[in-house]
Amino acid sequence: MTDRIRTVFQRAGYGEVYTPALEYETTFARANPTASGPTYRVFDELGNVLVLRSDMTIPIARLVATRYRDAEPPLRFCYFAHAYRSVRPQRGQSREFLQAGIELIGATAPNGTAEVLTVLCNALDAAGLQTYRIGLGDASLYSELLDRLGVDADRRERILTELANGDFVGLQKEVDALGLQTEDAELLLRVPRRRGGPEVLQTLPAPLEAAATGMRAVHDLLAPDVAGRIIFDLGLVRGLGYYTGAVFQVYDPAYGVPIGIGGRYDDLLGQFGRSLPAVGFALNVERLHIALTSEERGEELGRGRRHLP
Amino acid sequence: MSELRIAVPRGALFSQTLDLLDRLDIATRELRDNDRRLLFEDVGVITMRPSDVPTYVEAGAADLGITGKDVLLEQAERDLYELIDLGYGHCTMVLATVAGEDPASEALRRLGVMRIATKYPRIATRYFLETGRQAEIVEVKGSVELAPLTGLAEAIVDLTATGATLKENGLVVREEIAHSTARLIANPVSHKLKAPAIDALLERLNAM
Repeated sequence: MTDRIRTVFQRAGYGEVYTPALEYETTFARANPTASGPTYRVFDELGNVLVLRSDMTIPIARLVATRYRDAEPPLRFCYFAHAYRSVRPQRGQSREFLQAGIELIGATAPNGTAEVLTVLCNALDAAGLQTYRIGLGDASLYSELLDRLGVDADRRERILTELANGDFVGLQKEVDALGLQTEDAELLLRVPRRRGGPEVLQTLPAPLEAAATGMRAVHDLLAPDVAGRIIFDLGLVRGLGYYTGAVFQVYDPAYGVPIGIGGRYDDLLGQFGRSLPAVGFALNVERLHIALTSEERGEELGRGRRHLP
Repeated sequence: MSELRIAVPRGALFSQTLDLLDRLDIATRELRDNDRRLLFEDVGVITMRPSDVPTYVEAGAADLGITGKDVLLEQAERDLYELIDLGYGHCTMVLATVAGEDPASEALRRLGVMRIATKYPRIATRYFLETGRQAEIVEVKGSVELAPLTGLAEAIVDLTATGATLKENGLVVREEIAHSTARLIANPVSHKLKAPAIDALLERLNAM
């Protein structure tokens, strides 16, 4: 499966890179530390703290800012590498898991985003998945909405946490506590529930028009077979702190957990001293195998035998 | 066959959940008639213990589920969407001890630690961490009221609806920890891929 995906990446012009599994803790801390940051730490003989990488995006950002400091953008990298994260015990999760992904550095929205979504779909096709869909959202959309309504930083953080946890009951409580006008409160509650075809982007209230225009622009650049895979999802807020614009998540109706994630991180490279817009994705290869097997068995969410995540 | 499969909790929430399904035009006669069968494929319902509902929904074996907020708090690490407060199954998570002088405070004062028996070790652990008190959490599987009466623990953390069982055993509520009601939960991938069906259901629930 990885061979077929590698062929797709290489044909699209993405060169394979390798980075060390161990990175300085400060490298990861620089990139907006979040809950899904590194879990495993070791010391070297000088007392430096090293971590096992929790994703490949940050190591590649570091690589670009150091080894490719003078290279002319756009830069296209792909990788097949293990990442390391914490697990919930006895749930069949791996502390070490294989990721297949690309990073497109120095290409702005919407063109760069559309290119990466196209490579993503080609890779999933090559892997053999038939029924996958890609949820497309915008990481800045909901926070901008909160800003416009003048929600203070503390409450904003709590609201975004409820949303990231998928707790709509908690979201309602937090929004009620804001004491906004009914219309604005309704907006905060309704927007994150909006998901579906291009109709989701129609008749949006004015504060969301900028984000919607951006998503439409990406969608318009996609070939019909790729565009047909997209589900617009205004409630998609990724937990990873460094995403700035478009965010996406890969779903398969044969499997109950997302298979891959991606998005724009236009501010991350700047943290490492070379400010460039960037976008990429990472597929979880083990979950890809499970989704493919489930598809081949004719399984479907809410039906038949399931694999645990 | 219905498009959505719903995990329904047997136990305290069962009868009100069936009433709710009736109002959603999901035929519940078979569910009411047969308390041994677990799978009702033709109406898209599976039945189980309330604490198992999040497990089935997270794995996508059911698209939706109904369970208590207490269960969700105890299994907070699960990747689920909590869609709506269904407004029934009211109960409260409480800290309770025997009546009279509070033996838990006494233990805390004299020994610096109190022993707490509970079926909800994670809720209890979090609560005492947040309130800055040291507690030894003793996990039991049932009849928690027995623990403070027999010297196993000074206090219990348990769910109470009417307070009748506590009273029956000579226990009094010392602190209220959280309020709980029944919630509708969804598998995150189902929530995206079966949006029209789920939203139609939510709309009907909101209209009730």
